[in-house]
Amino acid sequence: MLWSRRQVLATGLLASASAAAPIRTGLAQAIEQLRIFVPANPGGGWDQTGRSMEMAMKSAGLIKSAQITNVGGAGGTVGLPQFINQWKGQGNALMVGGMVMVGAIIANKARNNLTETTPIARLTGEFQVVVVPAASPFRSMADLVAAFKADPAKVSWAGGSAGGTDHILAGMIAKAAGGDPRKVAYVAYSGGGPAQAALLGNQVSCGISGWGEFGEQVRAGKLRALGISADKRQPGIDVPTLREQGIDVELFNWRGVFAPPGISDAQRQSLLDLVDRMVKSPAWAEILKRYDWTDIYLPGDRYRAYIASETERIHAILKDLGLAS
Amino acid sequence: METLGQLAHGFAVALTPLNLLWAFVGVFLGTAVGVLPGLGPALTIALLLPITFSVDATGAFILFAGIYYGAMYGGSTTSILLNTPGESATIVTALEGNRMARRGRAGPALATAAIGSFVAGTVGTLGLTFLAPLVVEFALRFGPAEYFSLMVLAFVTVSAMLGASALRGLAALLVGLFLGLIGVDLQTGQARFTFGVPELLDGIDVIVVAVGLFAVGETLFLAAHPRPAEQAPLKVSGSLWMTRDDWRRSWKAWLRGSGIGFPLGSLPAGGAEVPTFISYFVEKKLSRRPEEFGQGAIEGVAGPEAANNASAAGVLVPMLSLGLPTSATAAIMLSAFQSYGISPGPLLFQNQADLVWGLIASLYIGNAMLLVLNLPLIGLWVRILSVPAPLLYAGILVFATIGTYGISQSPVDLLLLYAMGGMGYLMRRFDFPTAPVIIGLILGPLAEQEFRRAMTISGGDLTVFLSKPLSATLLALALLALIGPMLLRLRRRA
Repeated sequence: MLWSRRQVLATGLLASASAAAPIRTGLAQAIEQLRIFVPANPGGGWDQTGRSMEMAMKSAGLIKSAQITNVGGAGGTVGLPQFINQWKGQGNALMVGGMVMVGAIIANKARNNLTETTPIARLTGEFQVVVVPAASPFRSMADLVAAFKADPAKVSWAGGSAGGTDHILAGMIAKAAGGDPRKVAYVAYSGGGPAQAALLGNQVSCGISGWGEFGEQVRAGKLRALGISADKRQPGIDVPTLREQGIDVELFNWRGVFAPPGISDAQRQSLLDLVDRMVKSPAWAEILKRYDWTDIYLPGDRYRAYIASETERIHAILKDLGLAS
Repeated sequence: METLGQLAHGFAVALTPLNLLWAFVGVFLGTAVGVLPGLGPALTIALLLPITFSVDATGAFILFAGIYYGAMYGGSTTSILLNTPGESATIVTALEGNRMARRGRAGPALATAAIGSFVAGTVGTLGLTFLAPLVVEFALRFGPAEYFSLMVLAFVTVSAMLGASALRGLAALLVGLFLGLIGVDLQTGQARFTFGVPELLDGIDVIVVAVGLFAVGETLFLAAHPRPAEQAPLKVSGSLWMTRDDWRRSWKAWLRGSGIGFPLGSLPAGGAEVPTFISYFVEKKLSRRPEEFGQGAIEGVAGPEAANNASAAGVLVPMLSLGLPTSATAAIMLSAFQSYGISPGPLLFQNQADLVWGLIASLYIGNAMLLVLNLPLIGLWVRILSVPAPLLYAGILVFATIGTYGISQSPVDLLLLYAMGGMGYLMRRFDFPTAPVIIGLILGPLAEQEFRRAMTISGGDLTVFLSKPLSATLLALALLALIGPMLLRLRRRA
């Protein structure tokens, strides 16, 4: 493992270099060069989040430059150990992560988990939507749930990989409606494209994904949206929430940032300040609008508590689905 | 006629000097990343995504599409010359293409690949221009049952690659099927055969296996069993250019490859590799000289090369007309649409006519550019083969290593590469064919997942494969492909 040794050496040098030349502006210690760790390959949601942060921070003049490192694989559980072990103590580093990682850690029985990092803030969320093909007889969540309770095998649900956000929502809906989550006839697809094709071709009964994936098909009338998993109606989207329809479920596919373990309180504070100023910048507001991300900013200790409760909630539903013990 | 008017408008957009420059940069970059194993078009476009902050949408998409098409060209070059496929869709090209190169016919092999890619790219783009709505309707009729039957048909094509001993060929296929099982199972989220190594959770990359088996395996074999003939530089005998006979044998294969690649490429879950397998099988079965297959038959390069380029055009059909990301590259291109605030979806053709038609027009232009770029390079490329074997193979090893590391910067992939290389060496040593491993690895997971999806939807009813007309037709075709040639042989003998 020559490679990892070199990596440790390099990061060590970097850390000592930044310690030797502190830059002070204003109250907290400013961060000149930010290192962003993305535990996914370029192109996905976490990568978009990391790159958008870089852009927003730069245009708000909060940092001079950012360096993005991608270590993809297995819902972030390939990158996480590297961030925890090799990036330890680096006060200028942030990792992007989110709900998918919480699920992957449980399902993959990963050795490390998010409590070993220093949670900084929850940033964005994407609500999910339940859709049916335009030709489907189902007009509301009540229709869908009634059919499911009558014969679960006759209702097929298309979505992303088993144990992922879409499957979790399917399980939560089944449970809230008084059905058995294990009986959900869930058809997992490796991406939004093939799942959408199955819905458009009327191959499955219903589908679940983020609003960003299905929204355009709904607007074009090719798919019908039955309900969204947001806490309230969304502006410009004429779809009732699940809760309005008597299904007591709320789910956001949230994304946030984490600092490495072993950083000082001052370093943590300056990262909290940096993210806080970014979230309040006009550039960030513009990005949220562009990607249809909901602002669910939640910093510091409350974020840490949120992760703990999310982990418990997701663990319970994965158990209900028979995917975790 | 409306289409022609819009296409003309598209050309007006694509022919502006700046957009021409983007197209050129795209095809040039694409060719380069296609040549490097590992660095594919999806990753390249993802790394270039930040340019969407500063370049206009039309320019960026012309660049991305150029990269996508270019990669299909570039991938064949290393397949033919070095037996090191740069892209998974060019693995089949290595089978005959590299044999041709070994027999001093690298020039015609590269030429038929380049011209075939041009022909197929143009046919595919014509299909995209005029047939997109029809093709989409056909593609959406494919559900899990139909896909499974298509995979069965694709599996039959293995029979063309089994080599001398069917038993050894099938053993190799089983190894591939096993490798395909490794990783998290999509339908249940459970890890299979990963032995606690997180890097294995996402499965094994086909390119790592192909490069390991073909390139590294062969290098080890040559090092262990040096033959005097192999030590001398490979001679480039005969013309660099295709002979009249080459043309005669190639043109039908190009058209057949295009006909297979375009519709299969437009299937949302078809994949770019399946049409290349089917094209290879068809060419071998239709050839008057099937005994040449495995020794360097030009049809075996012309057909699959055409198929992979036509399928690249096919992939754009569901992407542009429905907003469906059906391949890794298409998914990243769609996320680029988002960063322009353009919603990719079924309304794209109406709402973004300039962009879409400019993009389609640029595909015609990019294809022509690729031909012009690639044909003169053939003379240069074949000179690589005059490098003495020890140096050449050492170079291949370095090249394969760097490329593999480029996929994910993961040392685990490098270990896998050399493990596969060791296996490739043993397989050569004991006369096992390596191509069936790749087929098993690609088709196995597709067939398994589609089978289980079909079972989930039907509630475990196996008759769905026969009760759906399209699925039943595909299965009948598979049966015909399997026993048809045998029956023909029996009749000939009788």
